[in-house]
Amino acid sequence: MTTPLAGYLLVAALLFAIGLAGALVRRNAILVLIGIELMLNAANLNLIAFWRFGPHPELLTGMMFAIFSIAVAAAEAAVGLGLVISIYRHTNSTDLDKMNRMKG
Amino acid sequence: MSPIFYILAALTIGGGLAAVLLKNLVHAALATTVAFAGLALLYLELDAQFAGFAQILVYIGAVAILIVFAILLTRGSDVPKDGVFSRTWAVGLVIAAAVFAVLAWAVLESLRAVPQQAAVPAVTVDDIGNALVGRYVLPLEIVGLLLTAATIGAVIVAMHEKERPKS
Repeated sequence: MTTPLAGYLLVAALLFAIGLAGALVRRNAILVLIGIELMLNAANLNLIAFWRFGPHPELLTGMMFAIFSIAVAAAEAAVGLGLVISIYRHTNSTDLDKMNRMKG
Repeated sequence: MSPIFYILAALTIGGGLAAVLLKNLVHAALATTVAFAGLALLYLELDAQFAGFAQILVYIGAVAILIVFAILLTRGSDVPKDGVFSRTWAVGLVIAAAVFAVLAWAVLESLRAVPQQAAVPAVTVDDIGNALVGRYVLPLEIVGLLLTAATIGAVIVAMHEKERPKS
């Protein structure tokens, strides 16, 4: 039987691996962004779990890190999806395998 | 380990797997929302109420809607005929499995070192607010600046370029 913290860490590791697989395996740019979001969320789960079971929860360190990470992830999603829409306007596709040049 | 934890973990992992595996992008976005909700419930289970509700507001309320908008704007809901997986999918799968193996090995090897059962932390939203405007006020300002810059940048990047005057 594992400890509660190890259970949360294993769930976070599995979610991170799923997000990584999604970012590496899928061809659609939006799905790759979804994979990146899943990876960020897995890291947040780690932070919150360590905050909850760590030695000094009243210092709020892990909690604050997770809250700031959520804010940065929101900014990342906005810019990433803006880029996807901009690329779609150029190439009429969101297929990453077809994006093989850097010149617009 | 409570049975609630197992239910929430299964919900989160199932949502994540469905998001990665489903062919239809709209279904994948909905599965992502399920994963986000499962994570928010896991935060609540970890006595982090503020982070749980922030997760619901930011991810389910904003990011999921943004993803659905992007899918509809790029007509991504049609399933492509030549498959949804990349040509190098086997390599990606191997890398992901290796990463999970290393992470799980590290967690299971350090079982004795990690802290055991701890008391429920007595942290209220009051404390979080005081910390945000006290000790963490500089990061808070920087995040505000970052969000402003990111919003303006996203609008500029996604703006139509055709209306640009000829120079």
